[in-house]
Amino acid sequence: MSAILEAQGLTKTFGAVTAAANIGVSIEEDTVVGLIGGNGAGKTTFLNLVTGYLKPTAGTIRFCGRDITGMPPRRITRLGICRSFQIPQVFDSLTAYENLLVGLGIVVMGRKAFVGSHLGAGRPEQVADEMLARFHLAGYRDEPASVLPEGVRKLLDIAMALAVKPRILLLDEPTSGVSADEKFALMDLVLGAIRADKVTVLFVEHDMDIVRRYTERVLAFYDGKVIADGASAAVLSDPEVRRLVVGETAPEGGRRDAQG
Amino acid sequence: MSSFRRNTLGLGAALAALAVAAPLVPRWALFLVVISLAKGLVALGLLLLMRTGLVSFGQGLYFATGAYAAGVAANTFHLGDGVILVLAGGLAAAAVAAVLGLLLARYRAIFFAMLSLAFSMILYGLLVKTSALGSTDGFNVAPKTVFGLSLSAATGPGRYGVYALAALCAFGTAVAVDRYLRSYLGRLAPAVRDNELRVEYMGASVRNVVHLNLIIAGALAGVGGAVTALAVGHVDPEMAYWTTSGEFVFVAILSGTASVAAPFAGALLLELLRSFAYEHAPNTWQLVMGSAMLAVILFLPDGLWSVFRRRRRAAA
Repeated sequence: MSAILEAQGLTKTFGAVTAAANIGVSIEEDTVVGLIGGNGAGKTTFLNLVTGYLKPTAGTIRFCGRDITGMPPRRITRLGICRSFQIPQVFDSLTAYENLLVGLGIVVMGRKAFVGSHLGAGRPEQVADEMLARFHLAGYRDEPASVLPEGVRKLLDIAMALAVKPRILLLDEPTSGVSADEKFALMDLVLGAIRADKVTVLFVEHDMDIVRRYTERVLAFYDGKVIADGASAAVLSDPEVRRLVVGETAPEGGRRDAQG
Repeated sequence: MSSFRRNTLGLGAALAALAVAAPLVPRWALFLVVISLAKGLVALGLLLLMRTGLVSFGQGLYFATGAYAAGVAANTFHLGDGVILVLAGGLAAAAVAAVLGLLLARYRAIFFAMLSLAFSMILYGLLVKTSALGSTDGFNVAPKTVFGLSLSAATGPGRYGVYALAALCAFGTAVAVDRYLRSYLGRLAPAVRDNELRVEYMGASVRNVVHLNLIIAGALAGVGGAVTALAVGHVDPEMAYWTTSGEFVFVAILSGTASVAAPFAGALLLELLRSFAYEHAPNTWQLVMGSAMLAVILFLPDGLWSVFRRRRRAAA
């Protein structure tokens, strides 16, 4: 196994606020990693830095050994780092099928620029239908995204990220806005669909049960810093993590975690 | 049958209808159709921009560029054939759009609309002050042939030369644009309108998409301007004036974005309406036009073409 994504000394300040302080992280290929932390811990900032939406104040980000610091999201996406969004970012006036076709079409047009485009060959129209089936979205194929229920939009958003052939997929709170009894089914579905392509996954999550069940490794953020990094069970039972991260998450998640 | 084939056949039928109608209708009606097709070309470009989420109040800029380019090509470079003049008009307008697009593609919404308007008024100002191009009077354009057929003969197929050219331009561009809308590239325009951030996060350049649509819309307006110059036999700075641009937006809204044929139908309806309003209410024709626009916005917010769609849905 080799590092697919490496961040060294990653720092981002907004005026007096430090959103990321000297973050050093290395993600191995073909793993599922959880990213936890309270509100304002810098999780989304980290995703925004890695995907090029924000330019770091200091530090470097390497992807497969290549320095990608300061590249725009467009180029980083083409190299194989894709993301989904906490609030689904879909094309409202297009149908679910057309939403996927946008991404699949972009890959076909820029075949040479997409590093991961060897993954899953086939005509985009065909692949779009396959992906809808894989994400259990076939029933919504021809509905405009604007009228879809929130949970379905969430799935579509993740499917769209997968459509552009990532080698690593960053999921920003995939289960937020999804009811508690649907969370496990959703994660089974999402990770099953993603891992079928051997895509590395890093996901931000507040629900510790989800983190424990689906990750092999966890990164804990607090106040812009990495306070723990290691095997999921070890990190989740770390006293500092329990005090600073688990204790501060949504009461429901924390309580259930204490019971378990 | 794919919907692209069906649309192409429909457009082909419309072209055939125009050909059959040519010897049957009076000359003023032929002229009216040519002008409608020319304006429809400009509105077709606006349809592309509206799909990208942009409304340009300055398409007169490309319309005038195409017309003047055709005029200069005919008069200064003595290029006689209408086909070449129309090509020259389209290319010149596309080139102007490519340059201005470097700036315009950065703006959205009202800023885009006002900036495009400003550019068109700059061209208007330049044309008015350029005596070599006839200042406010403009100059005459007299193409000698179309498809190699003489336009000066009172009889023979040459009489229909400009009409045929306009019809073929409209048909060719409508089929090409229909094809473009179904391409992966064409599908990016509504995606840009809906969510620019996501388009960038899917690996495509929003600015390039906008720029490309600006160039195509400019080229279409340029072809429309060149056809108008050939049909009227004259160009003047009014073609770049903001009221001309406003009329194109009028046609685009009247037509809606549901079909590539809609802008041509909308433009024809506008010209017919204006002709009759002008004849029967010479002093209040603007009032008639304004009321028509109001009615469309109130009762058919998706444009005239939505009538067909509603009926199809009702039947289904």
